[in-house]
Amino acid sequence: MGDSVKEKAYMAITGALTGLANGFFGGGGGMVVVPLMIYLLKMKTKSAHATALAVILPITLISALVYFFSGKFDFKIGVPSLVGVVGGGILGAWLLGKLSANWLTKIFSLVMLIAGVKALVL
Amino acid sequence: MIVKMVLLAVCGFSAGVLGGMGMGGGALLIPALTIFFGVDQIGAQAVNLVAFIPMAVVSLIIHLKNKRVKTQGLLWVILPALFCSLSGSFFALSISGTLLKRLFGAFLVILALFQLFGNKIEEFFQNKKVNNHSQKI
Repeated sequence: MGDSVKEKAYMAITGALTGLANGFFGGGGGMVVVPLMIYLLKMKTKSAHATALAVILPITLISALVYFFSGKFDFKIGVPSLVGVVGGGILGAWLLGKLSANWLTKIFSLVMLIAGVKALVL
Repeated sequence: MIVKMVLLAVCGFSAGVLGGMGMGGGALLIPALTIFFGVDQIGAQAVNLVAFIPMAVVSLIIHLKNKRVKTQGLLWVILPALFCSLSGSFFALSISGTLLKRLFGAFLVILALFQLFGNKIEEFFQNKKVNNHSQKI
């Protein structure tokens, strides 16, 4: 990442699109920011994944506060899910690199596609 | 009640595994909450946002320690992101749940297609780069 006006504009666009998607959809910021960092900001894949978190964490915090104080966070649903997510996250981080993620990505994408079509039309 | 809590934890766990592997667990958790647990779209989004925070804090600390985060000029990304994230959140809260669900569905479909065909897109860009390079020579 450099200092020219064009590069700064690219960075601002990356941030704006990521923030909009993450705040509006309550997630998915990582799936927006990582490709933008790689293709628009010319970052290496590994540093893009790490740097993405430094962008997504603050925006997720601020969005979570907005949703929370609007009374949209249901503790009865949220707390058990959160416990699961943290446990699963630890396992996922441990599995990373030990397991070929290729087929998993394909299955996951298909599930996303089905869930997406369902939300879109049903 | 306890059964529902266990099922929610299992559901969160599956999303967490994907999230921990860097595949965007939220894309699984949000539809799972709306489809299987009858949570409304905005409620599912709220849960996903909050559930993301603890893992992200730990992961970010590890990445910062390993110096993988490119902090130079990063405020140029973070500040517009913060502003648009606030706007996006208030926008989501202001529209109807059905419209939000439909738009979320479209977002999921686009992300899924990118994930399925991302490699082909990448190849296309790399070929273009190679062609540009050979033209220069």
